[in-house]
Amino acid sequence: MKRLTHSDEALFNQATFNTRRHFLKQCTSGLGSLALLSLLDSCGPGNTQLSKNENPLKPLSPLGSPKAKRVLFMHMEGAPSQLELFDYKPELAKLDGQLCPPSLLEGKRFAFIKGVPKMLGPQACFAQHGQSGAWLSDYFEHLPKVVDELTFLKAMHTDEFNHAPAQLYMHTGSPRLGRPSIGSWVTYGLGSENQNLPGFVVLVSGSEPSAGKSVWGSGFLPTVYQGVQCRSMGEPVLYIKNPAGVSDSLRRKSIETINKINELEHQEIGDPEILSRISQYELAYRMQSEVPDTMNITDEPQWVQEWYGAIPGKSSFANNCLLARKLLEKGVRFVQLFDRRWDSHGTDEGSGVGEGLRRNIRTIDKPIAALLQDLKQRGLLEDTLVVWGGEFGRTPMMENRAGDNDSPFKGRDHHIDAFTMWMAGGGIKAGYSHGETDEVGYYGIKHKTHIHDLQATILHVLGFDHEKLIFPFQGRNFRLTDVHGNVIRDILA
Amino acid sequence: MTQVSRVRFMKPHWIGGLLVAVVMAACSVGSLFKDEKVSYNQQIRPIFNTKCITCHGGIKKSGNFSLLFREEALAKAKSGKYAIVPGHADESELIKRLVSSDPELRMPLEHPPLSDTEVGLIKKWINQGAAWEDHWAYIAPDRSITPPSVGDPFAKNGIDHFIFQRLQQEGLAPSPEADKATLLRRVSLDLTGLPPTPEQATDFLNDTSPDAYPKLVDKLLKSPHFGERWASMWLDLARYADSKGYEKDLERSIWRYRDWVINAFNRDMPFDQFTVEQLAGDLLPSQDAKTIENRLIATAFHRNTMSNDEGGTNDEEFRNMALIDRVSTTWEVWQGTTMGCVQCHSHPYDPIRHEEFYKFLAFFNNSQDSDLYNEKPKLYTFTPDNEREVNRLIAWIRQRVPASPMTKSTGPTAQQPLAGIDKQRHTLLNEAGFRKFEAEDFDSTSRHIELFDNQTTIMQTTEGAFCAYNDVDLTDVTAITYRYTTSFSSFIELHIDRPDGPLISRIKIPATQEGEPGAWSRWKTFGTFGAPVQKTTGQHTLYLVFRKDQEFRSDLVHVDSFELQVANAPISHNPALRDSVYRLAGIPAISTPIIMERPVHRSRKTNVFIRGNWLTKGQPVQPGVPHSLGKPASGVLKNRLDLARWLVSRENPLTARVMVNRFWEQLFGYGLVETLEDFGTMGAKPTHPELLDWLAVQFQDQHQWSVKKIIRDMVLSASYRQSAIVSPELLKKDPRNLLLARGPRVRLSAEQIRDQALAVSGLLNQEINGPSVRPFNPTNGSWKDEKPENRHRRALYTFWQRTNPYPSMVTFDSPQRNLCVSRRVRTNTPLQALTTLNDTVYTEAAEHLAQFMDQRGRNLNEKLSIGYQKVMFKKPSEAKLVLLQQLYSEAQNIHQSDVAKRTLARAPSARASQKTDVPALTLVANALLNLDETLTK
Repeated sequence: MKRLTHSDEALFNQATFNTRRHFLKQCTSGLGSLALLSLLDSCGPGNTQLSKNENPLKPLSPLGSPKAKRVLFMHMEGAPSQLELFDYKPELAKLDGQLCPPSLLEGKRFAFIKGVPKMLGPQACFAQHGQSGAWLSDYFEHLPKVVDELTFLKAMHTDEFNHAPAQLYMHTGSPRLGRPSIGSWVTYGLGSENQNLPGFVVLVSGSEPSAGKSVWGSGFLPTVYQGVQCRSMGEPVLYIKNPAGVSDSLRRKSIETINKINELEHQEIGDPEILSRISQYELAYRMQSEVPDTMNITDEPQWVQEWYGAIPGKSSFANNCLLARKLLEKGVRFVQLFDRRWDSHGTDEGSGVGEGLRRNIRTIDKPIAALLQDLKQRGLLEDTLVVWGGEFGRTPMMENRAGDNDSPFKGRDHHIDAFTMWMAGGGIKAGYSHGETDEVGYYGIKHKTHIHDLQATILHVLGFDHEKLIFPFQGRNFRLTDVHGNVIRDILA
Repeated sequence: MTQVSRVRFMKPHWIGGLLVAVVMAACSVGSLFKDEKVSYNQQIRPIFNTKCITCHGGIKKSGNFSLLFREEALAKAKSGKYAIVPGHADESELIKRLVSSDPELRMPLEHPPLSDTEVGLIKKWINQGAAWEDHWAYIAPDRSITPPSVGDPFAKNGIDHFIFQRLQQEGLAPSPEADKATLLRRVSLDLTGLPPTPEQATDFLNDTSPDAYPKLVDKLLKSPHFGERWASMWLDLARYADSKGYEKDLERSIWRYRDWVINAFNRDMPFDQFTVEQLAGDLLPSQDAKTIENRLIATAFHRNTMSNDEGGTNDEEFRNMALIDRVSTTWEVWQGTTMGCVQCHSHPYDPIRHEEFYKFLAFFNNSQDSDLYNEKPKLYTFTPDNEREVNRLIAWIRQRVPASPMTKSTGPTAQQPLAGIDKQRHTLLNEAGFRKFEAEDFDSTSRHIELFDNQTTIMQTTEGAFCAYNDVDLTDVTAITYRYTTSFSSFIELHIDRPDGPLISRIKIPATQEGEPGAWSRWKTFGTFGAPVQKTTGQHTLYLVFRKDQEFRSDLVHVDSFELQVANAPISHNPALRDSVYRLAGIPAISTPIIMERPVHRSRKTNVFIRGNWLTKGQPVQPGVPHSLGKPASGVLKNRLDLARWLVSRENPLTARVMVNRFWEQLFGYGLVETLEDFGTMGAKPTHPELLDWLAVQFQDQHQWSVKKIIRDMVLSASYRQSAIVSPELLKKDPRNLLLARGPRVRLSAEQIRDQALAVSGLLNQEINGPSVRPFNPTNGSWKDEKPENRHRRALYTFWQRTNPYPSMVTFDSPQRNLCVSRRVRTNTPLQALTTLNDTVYTEAAEHLAQFMDQRGRNLNEKLSIGYQKVMFKKPSEAKLVLLQQLYSEAQNIHQSDVAKRTLARAPSARASQKTDVPALTLVANALLNLDETLTK
């Protein structure tokens, strides 16, 4: 019977420590998770090069037929109003200022609305664009250029009406802390194509999401699969820079020395984990040169910077869009952009769905259009899945915190029953719209899609059956979609 | 194609390479049962669990047939037939269906049929009477087990007899003892989490007596750092953190619980007491105020649950989430049993029913806490200095303020947590006429009150929001003064008894600062404003209701505190008294959230939550423990105290096993049951079942639950002391060292890696206990303000922010402490390398280590050797020393050429090259801190 090599053993130790029991099951009963199936690959005959074999981020192929290889997920933290952007409701305009009928309020829980609020008509003008005739509001100047690439999901719904639980729900499938994020699941399942960069990169503009780093945390998966936050200012990745006085060549020499001593140690002790450590130090050194290069946008031509609206040295969503393209181009598996400015309560001018929202859209409109065009012209859009949306939607009613329905700024409360997201790129129809809401945009009435369905669809496009990408923890097999989720087949290309 | 077929093709390699140890383990367990009788546990349950239970178990009960409990399995199925007829395999529908040729009927449906051997076994088992057996872990350990006699001269104690016997059976021999330096470092890091002190090292390395090692062990067990090291393990289980989690993730002052754990380990508090105090310390009777205080702090174990302060959340929802977490955590920590699934339905494969989760929840459902912003109930304590001062002032003031008839002089009781010194202070201040309330100290609020300014002020996110303060003495109160900030005027109303109860005060509060009305986050200028209060008497619940004047933006007014003026109060006509009263009031207390039981007449009812949803309540339930773990001999368990005592009673089969297994894993790298968190039927089987049981009995009976004694046994064993050197043959046979033919060798924990670097470089601040500290943190700029002496404390004192955990901790696999975690994964990643290479704390440590090397060594070789010895407690081999020399000279050359470039014409002088290049030495020290042998024990 063939035995394992040391490096195989090293891989097994580090990547599957927690999953061993699961392995046992799989090997004896033939059931089990795809990710682990793929890890089996590294145990096969023929010892390929060491650094590849012992790397838990080694690129893997899923069981299904993937249409996309990588994901860009743009989360508009705070939840932008679908009623001012995509979900055109002329009927709602007619009801503007009227008291909300009690039937819409019965049994409902809102974050802030109390008593009987007034209906609030759309604050934007809408027009149809592109071959697909998609409705877009006049807040967008640039998005119309790429609207035929998008598939809208207009009847999204969720279960959580507070930001932090809703964000966790969107990104981990559960409103409670402690589960792996979707990017962690994907890198756990697929590894990373570029070993010199993290497999799952997070870029943040505005301030950090209200659910904190848990929205890109690895939960109970090994921490090697958690999102690595890259910063467009300062050190791009924590500890990537050498301390003052240590040049690149000195660092190389010191890592060589560390590794040579470790080799001596391995000769003496025989523990294969030492070989793993050697390769991880080599990898660290390669990351030290590749990450800062990738995270530098000044080497992009001036016209590209302008196209995106990026300004080197600033922290902005536009810069992050340009960085996202560079990262995707280099084979990063999952890029997540968080932008926090979208909680449109109307408690001041900036947070209103009128001028405030229009101004906010200006900061994302141009970069998103440029990014989609750029990905397309580089041939990346066909196998990159792009997802855009907030954690929930906004109510068709005006928020009334002051208790008397006459806020000077028009705002909308959190709404879980209907909101719009869009997707584009690999595996997804272009120029399509799925789902409809009622005439005031309160409930989905056709092709409703839950966030678990969205998650199932993202995994499907990447070649996974969301019911089979699992990990055992606390006595049960967990998955991103918990016990829910259906792939939204209508939107698949 | 093809991945499926690839997997099938690969299978043999896996079984060959990796499962060998486990398969062997199972075989020898099997060999214990030589009886001809078919064993349900050994032979039948594994078939049911892998082939049947998914559809016929706790989640699905297809055909109304389940194999979870005997009575269910023997009952009539939906088809009207009996699946199992004991004694009659041929009449049993189960057998018919297993061998049926009709694919619609043959079980398992749409899966390969069972093998003839398997069907034969099941037939035989039914014919023998279809006896069910309890799972091994639910049967109490055999108290008569004794270590087998192996006649191995290397064996040091009972542990070795079990380990060596097994090695003999496998044809393996134990390894010789590790060299002294390795052993010294291993046992020191294991027992105290730190490398040995120079004295400990010198004493041990120079001590040639046969008991040198036991002496070292006893010294380490007495070290005050022992408690710190083992607290790290326990705090993962307790999900200890310094913040509450979720959106706001605000600070939670609960570090006194962390210190309680450290001190308990240091004092070797017996584990039964350790258990009872944490789970039910509030219910233990005592007359001693300090004892009561400590036990209440222990109950903070279950106040480490997360809570959600985000605007508009439902407190009852998150109270229930915390309760569910308390149930799951209690089960995982003490019983090694996973209850997560039972929240929604019966356990899929372990014999625990859905309603039993909620029966267990009923033990915890009656605690007072309710996800309030301010985390009441809380215990208020003082630092020793402050406590002396409080006592002094209380005595002085008491002489000048007569006790009112309302003050009952009751001694402290566990039901009156404030009966301690803080309650005395509160009562006295009230009687002296000082009635100041911190706004955030409310007892309840409407949904739209939030805390601001690090939880020191309250704000309102809707018009009409209110907060309530219980039992406020309003007798002789004539006026109220608010301390607050806002940039537009609003009204504050005072109502008593209900939010819309009698109005006793209403005042228009003017702005305290100019500026954009919506910019509430920039309200900083505080002012005070007074209002008359209508005369009323007695104690009432006081409601502060906030109303808008001209406008409402996102907020009305931020209130910091308010004070009631009392007519003819003692402090109003005695300036000296007034000064003392204000001084007493101003002494800061340390708050700790605790568990307190609600009074019987206000007890909550517990219901099953249908499918785990707290809004869909099912049948009501009474407190109780699952049946499969046996009926408590003591009869009904009424409350948490009964429950806690049952957990550590001799009739509980799991607690002692689960705990010795945790200690074992910390020392040997893997548990005897590898799944520390799951001793259920799907968990790993014990590699050494008899050793596990023997250790459990030793722990519970012989050592009377002494943690230090059981750990001492483990580290004194020859098995622990073995060298970790592994031959390729042994590695193939036992890659994960489950048989222990060699000593343990695993990477250090996140805490140990940091602490070791600080210790060997001489930077470590060894102070024990105290509030959490904020060392340099690249992801949180505000931590820069921490006092310098707090930057180099041990890792376990680092402030634990749940949504933004300390980067290097998480990089080295510490959990986020949102939920109970039994086992840390050990990964090996490039981000770890970058951390120890470049993180400030490691570069600082390298600089200090380099200075030490420079000062102590007379020449370069000595300096390098001293550095290596400081970390590894032995001299470097010649080959390693040469490599270190090369690194030094390469660094020196590069530095010199840099200096030459910078100084242009001035050539480096000959002298400069002789002087030690400290930056070059620092680079060497940095390499020393990054060696695999440094990061590993």
